[in-house]
Amino acid sequence: MTQPLIGAPLDRVEAREKVVGAAKYTADVALDGMQHAVVVPSAIANGRVASIDETQARAQPGVIEIMTHRNAPRVVARKATPMQSNLFLLQNDVIEFDRQPVAVVIARTFEQATHAAELVEVRYESEAPQMDLDAAEAYRPEQLFGEPATHERGKPVTAFNAAGVRIDEIYRTPTEHHNPIEMHATIAAWDGERLTLFDASQWAFGVRDRMAHVFGIPADRITAISKYVGGAFGGKGQPWSHVALAAMAAKLVDRPVKLVLTRPQMFGWVGHRPQTEQHVEIAAERDGTLASIVHEVRSETSISDEYVEPCGIFSRDLYAVPNYRMSHELRRLHISKPTFQRAPGESTGSFAIESAMDELSYALGVDPLELRLKNYSERNPDSGKPYTSKHLRDCYEQAAKRFEWDRRDPKVRSMRSGRMLVGMGMATASRATHRSEASVRITIRPDGTIEVANGTIEQGTGSPTVFAQLAAEILGVPFDRVRFVWGDTTLPNAPLAAGSQTAASVGSAVVVAASLARKRLDEANGRIPSDGIVVVHHEKPSEEDENRYAQQAFGALFAQVEVDPDLGMVGVTRFVGAFDAGRILNRKTAYSQLLGGCVWGISMALFEKSRYDDRTARIMNAELSHYLIPTSADVPDIDVFAIEADDPHVNPAHVRGIGEVSMCGSAAAVANAVYHATGVRVRELPITVEKLLT
Amino acid sequence: MNPFGYVLAESPSAALTEIANDRGARFIAGGTNILDLMKDAVETPSTLIDINALPLADIERGDRELRIGALARMSDVARHSDVRALFPMVAIALDESASPQLRNMGTMGGNLLQRTRCAYFRDVATPCNKRAPGSGCGALRGVNRTEAVLGTSEACIAAHASDVAVAFVALDSVVHTLGTGGSRAIPLAEFYRTPGQTPQIENALQPGEMIVAVSIPIVPWAKSSTYVKVRDRAQYEFALASAAVALDIDGGIVRNARVALGGIATIPWRSHAAEAELVRKPATNVTFERAAEAALSDAHGYAQNAFKIPLAKRTLVRALETVSA
Repeated sequence: MTQPLIGAPLDRVEAREKVVGAAKYTADVALDGMQHAVVVPSAIANGRVASIDETQARAQPGVIEIMTHRNAPRVVARKATPMQSNLFLLQNDVIEFDRQPVAVVIARTFEQATHAAELVEVRYESEAPQMDLDAAEAYRPEQLFGEPATHERGKPVTAFNAAGVRIDEIYRTPTEHHNPIEMHATIAAWDGERLTLFDASQWAFGVRDRMAHVFGIPADRITAISKYVGGAFGGKGQPWSHVALAAMAAKLVDRPVKLVLTRPQMFGWVGHRPQTEQHVEIAAERDGTLASIVHEVRSETSISDEYVEPCGIFSRDLYAVPNYRMSHELRRLHISKPTFQRAPGESTGSFAIESAMDELSYALGVDPLELRLKNYSERNPDSGKPYTSKHLRDCYEQAAKRFEWDRRDPKVRSMRSGRMLVGMGMATASRATHRSEASVRITIRPDGTIEVANGTIEQGTGSPTVFAQLAAEILGVPFDRVRFVWGDTTLPNAPLAAGSQTAASVGSAVVVAASLARKRLDEANGRIPSDGIVVVHHEKPSEEDENRYAQQAFGALFAQVEVDPDLGMVGVTRFVGAFDAGRILNRKTAYSQLLGGCVWGISMALFEKSRYDDRTARIMNAELSHYLIPTSADVPDIDVFAIEADDPHVNPAHVRGIGEVSMCGSAAAVANAVYHATGVRVRELPITVEKLLT
Repeated sequence: MNPFGYVLAESPSAALTEIANDRGARFIAGGTNILDLMKDAVETPSTLIDINALPLADIERGDRELRIGALARMSDVARHSDVRALFPMVAIALDESASPQLRNMGTMGGNLLQRTRCAYFRDVATPCNKRAPGSGCGALRGVNRTEAVLGTSEACIAAHASDVAVAFVALDSVVHTLGTGGSRAIPLAEFYRTPGQTPQIENALQPGEMIVAVSIPIVPWAKSSTYVKVRDRAQYEFALASAAVALDIDGGIVRNARVALGGIATIPWRSHAAEAELVRKPATNVTFERAAEAALSDAHGYAQNAFKIPLAKRTLVRALETVSA
């Protein structure tokens, strides 16, 4: 090969299928005899179902069955492991959040089921929900996904009090919902004791295993299929209640059942990013050397379940600060369980910390970029371990150059474009790299075609393309000879496609498997045996490998805004992002993902907020006409690029993950630019007009 | 969504007969509003009477008025040369509305009759006096950031959503209707009703009556007009506050003025008080700010939307500055 395949900006292999509408997403699947299920969500957030009148609904044409807590099959609703979420499977009459499923209508058509669902009359015994973060039951979780939730190094309080320049502020981020373009959807079909599930999921294996537990059957009797997923962002990381409800409904009516959520139901039981309140104390010596960071995080969780937004990880692992403390506290509200949303912890944590760093830079009279460089950490500041590699300095330098940061007048409200106030802000991105075990099967057929198989999903990130690229490069064959096969639990095991870990996990398995296949081929002098070559490799990172280095991806974000000084409207006019995430497997698909992360960061800065009516705990903007996301007119030309430095130490694929680091820091960069433009420090997202009417 | 019937009306009289025989029926034109409301079970018509085939889409310039057919699409009106030349504020208000796709479908009649974006009105699980009289106003002490600060009552604080109606009301436009009782011409200023104790009654249309046109009187100085809209994102979003302004300035003195405000009131809000502050005064910022104070003097803010009062003032000042510049 003259041109290396790895990194080549190839078109995604499924592009044509998607463009012509041939790619089948879960809700596109139709099975023989399939019926349609529609969930009736609760209209209260705290109480119980007093009675359900099904008379009118059952009288509608096409209605086959109505499943409520009175007739639902008995199942195991509680979670098997702490990481899983409680499911609400009509096992009792208790309601603990708004839009909790209270019934499922099954009818011949989707329209019939939808109409009948509106006619199910549910009466409630209702009590006032707890929605006051200050008054709600509080507790300190012990764990942040396996790491301590409270952590300290040095003497943070003493150092803070002794330091020359101090910032002590509270930053707030609102509840935000994932809202992928594809709604959650499940199709369930029983064949005796065997269950087939098509599910819009980031992890078919997770669906299989959880449903095995719910229904008390061995996992090998379940096949889960998740091939094309129309965006997920963490919201489809685990099966929520409707997956089991679809299977229960299918059992009840003894026919295959399709269940698709509506957009308002996407604000119901399928997770969200929790609101956070982050108290940040940050102090430096007069020369800008950081003395102490204290990061106290408070976030919401549900009445009966636990999700901690791990904001502290961001501050723990970034700057060279000897004295540090983080803590996390949860408050129980009558809401559905929060969950991972793209860059969980880092997106929210970076808003607080990178805003505070900006405030500190003004207090010190130091350029915000200089302050970051002054406190640059060559090793992980907490563990002291060396990084597999770190090129954040290059990110800062190259992005600053492209952005022309040196044109910035450091004074606030000093730059103008006509009537508009102009501001420039920057922030740092950082996220830990993870990988999990994964298996890959490579089959070299006698005709020379090669199949690479793994049960992961394609959610827009380009997995089928990049894994074929990796395999083709290592096997030394043209790209079009290799086909990646994916999408169900009959294939070799894949980890959860989240946490920016698929390229690192499945990619590493592909690299090792392809190297083994290449060796077999070389041993046969390049001649493929008549029965072909099959290599199955299970790639599992050793604890020793994982512990030798600190593994993090980094980035630097620079934003320019224009603010109308009278009307408060903000426009992002320029945006530059540089990322350091190891080897890039496909420049085109990577660019898309980095770009998407930055757009979402802008969205977090300016638009997104799920607005609860605190009296009822109901979200009053539960659809996309009032839950705002950016339009094209809100997004400038974004200049994103990767520092393409190889990282041979991190994993066999040499990648540190791009999905999440790309949405980290953007919100702070925009908020910092708004401050530079206006002199108004917005510490509560989103930055809306009323916060800038001075 | 309720099951419903569908009828294609072939003439205005056929449409009126259909609706006279079926009081649960609704007209459908562009469908950009009623279909959403049907999906949310806010509207449950027995039948949709499709009026798209009726000959009501023309835009005609007369000597004294411009007459816009009720079925003229928002996008067609926005790019019509007479509209752009005579009434820039109308074209701007339309261009700033909704999205290109919605503007290609939405009609003038439908735009004037569009329902509020109030979240409580649109969510049948919540109280709303406009949707279910007597059930209460969810917004009054709830999520009310985008609700109205003018023309409200304890029963309803829902903001009117139209942009172009604000421009129309500033220009003394007249709504032309047709019913089984004959045709009527209703000044737009008398067409809309503030909620009072009957927020379910939004306008002067009688049951079974349809809008056939809206006419705008031609005054030469309406050429000096604009529409300024403040919203939460750059496109495809309703106004937090907007101002439609036309000024006739001679020798630095305002001779005639038209002022209407949007996004902040329960109806498209003509402000004669602001106009009175402008006429015969020098076209200066001091005058403009006085006019803005007058326009909002009766405003009442709620927990989340009090910012709309200063915002609306600034929006009006900006519009006045823009036209006078």
